[in-house]
Amino acid sequence: MIEIKNITKSFDDKKVLHGISGKFEKGKTNLIIGASGTGKSVLLKCLVGLLSPDIGKVLFDGRYFTESDKNTTTQIRREIGMLFQGSALFDSKNVEENIKFPLDILTEISEKEKIEKVNHCLNLVGLDKINQKMPSELSGGMKKRVGIARAIVNDSKYLFCDEPNSGLDPLTAIKIDDLILELTQKLNTTTIVVTHDMNSVIEIGEYIMFLHNGKKLWEGDNKNILKTKIKELNSFIFSNKLMKKIK
Amino acid sequence: MFLISLFERREKLKTYFSLTINECIKIGYDSLFIVSIVSIFMGAVTTIQTAFNLVGPLIPDYVISLVVRDMTLLELSPTIIAIVFAGKVGSNIAGELGTMRITEQIDALEVMGINSSSYLVLPKIIAALLMFPILVVISATLAIFGGYTAGVMTDVITGQEYIYGLRYEFNPFNIPFALIKSYVFAFIVASISSFQGYYTSGGALEVGKSSTNAVTNSCIAILVADYILAQILL
Repeated sequence: MIEIKNITKSFDDKKVLHGISGKFEKGKTNLIIGASGTGKSVLLKCLVGLLSPDIGKVLFDGRYFTESDKNTTTQIRREIGMLFQGSALFDSKNVEENIKFPLDILTEISEKEKIEKVNHCLNLVGLDKINQKMPSELSGGMKKRVGIARAIVNDSKYLFCDEPNSGLDPLTAIKIDDLILELTQKLNTTTIVVTHDMNSVIEIGEYIMFLHNGKKLWEGDNKNILKTKIKELNSFIFSNKLMKKIK
Repeated sequence: MFLISLFERREKLKTYFSLTINECIKIGYDSLFIVSIVSIFMGAVTTIQTAFNLVGPLIPDYVISLVVRDMTLLELSPTIIAIVFAGKVGSNIAGELGTMRITEQIDALEVMGINSSSYLVLPKIIAALLMFPILVVISATLAIFGGYTAGVMTDVITGQEYIYGLRYEFNPFNIPFALIKSYVFAFIVASISSFQGYYTSGGALEVGKSSTNAVTNSCIAILVADYILAQILL
C-alpha cells in the first residue's frame, strides 16, 4: 500500500498541490484523475521521487520515502516500475535490451534467466518475437506494452502509469487498460494510474482520486463516480456528448 | 554540485566498464576521420604560410618545419582539435542527453533507482579523458606529416631539411604540455556538454539550444583555459 499525507508542492509562487492525502491499496488499480494542469503528473512525480514535496509524506508499505536515507530511498525505487507517457524506451537499445535493462543493472542473475524473464514479460503483455526490434520500429501501442514489460520485469511491487492511453486509438487504449488491470491482479502490485481518459475511469477505476486545481475534491470508485453531486467532477465526467447521453 | 553527483550511488564497475568502452568508440574512434582531415590540412597550411611569410636569404628553410613542429605541439593540435572536438563530440553529448531528458528516459533511470548523472555522464567524461589525448597525439603526427607532404610536394623545403628542422632545438617539455592541455580540454568539453544536455528542459527547440550552448561555452572555456595553462606552465 502507498499512503500520502498532506502533499503540498509549489513552483516559485504557484501552489500546484494543496495538502493531498490518500491511500492506494495493494492489488487495486488506483486512478488519479482530473483535467489538464490540475497537478496529476506533479503528484505522480512526488510519489516516485522525481520531485520532492515541499510538505507532506509518502509511505510505501509503511516505509517513509521522502524522508529516508539514500539507501532506503534507492531500495524503494528499485521496487517501483513506471510506464511513462511517451514510454521512455531507450532509443539506442532494442526491445530485449530495454526490458532486460533493470535486470542488468539491479540484479546478479544469469543471462539465461534474464532472457527467460524478458520473454515471460513480453508474453504477459501480449508481444512475441519482437526482441530484436528497435523502439523506432514499434507502434505507439507496442511501445506502451514494452514500457509495461520493462516496468514489471524486476518483480516491481509498485506500478505507476502516466497517461497510459495518450496517443492511442480507442481499441488499443482499452487493451492497455485491460492489461494494466490484469497485471495488477495477477502480480498483486499497488498500481497508480494518472489519466484523464473517462473510459479508463469506468473500466479499471477500483479507487479514484479526483484532483481539481491541485486539491483533492473527491475519492471513490467507478461504481459511484457517476452518481456524484460535485459540480467540478460532473463537468469533468460529462464533458463529452457521449457521456452526456449516457447520463 | 553536478560533478559531485557523478560519484554518488554508483553502479557496478562492470557496468561502467562496458559503458566507457562504448563511449570511447563514439568519442574517440568516430572522431578519427574529422581529426585526421583537419590535422593534415592544418600542418600543410602552416607549412605553406610559414614559407610564404618567413623564408628569405637570411632564414634557413628548416625554420619552416621548426615553426610547424612548435605550433602543432603547443597550440594547433591541442587547441584547434579541442574546438573541433567540442563541435563534434560536445554537440553530440548535449543532443543525446537533452533528447533523453525531454523524452523522459533520464526520469526512467531515476525511477529505477539508478543515479542517472553518474550512469550517463561519468563514462562520457572518462572516455573523453582517455581518448582525447590519443587524438591529440594522432593529430600532431598527422599535422607534421601533412606539413612534410605539402612542403616537399610544392618544393618549399626538402625532406631532409624538414626533418632537420623538426629535430632542431626540440624542447621535450612541449609534449607533456600538449598532453596536459589535452586532458584539461577533454574534461572541459565533456563536462560542459553533459551539463548543458542533462539540464535541458522543454522540447526539440531547447535540445538544439543546449547543443549550441555546449559548443559555445566549451569553446570559450577552452580558450580561457589555454591562456591560463600557457601562463602557468610555459
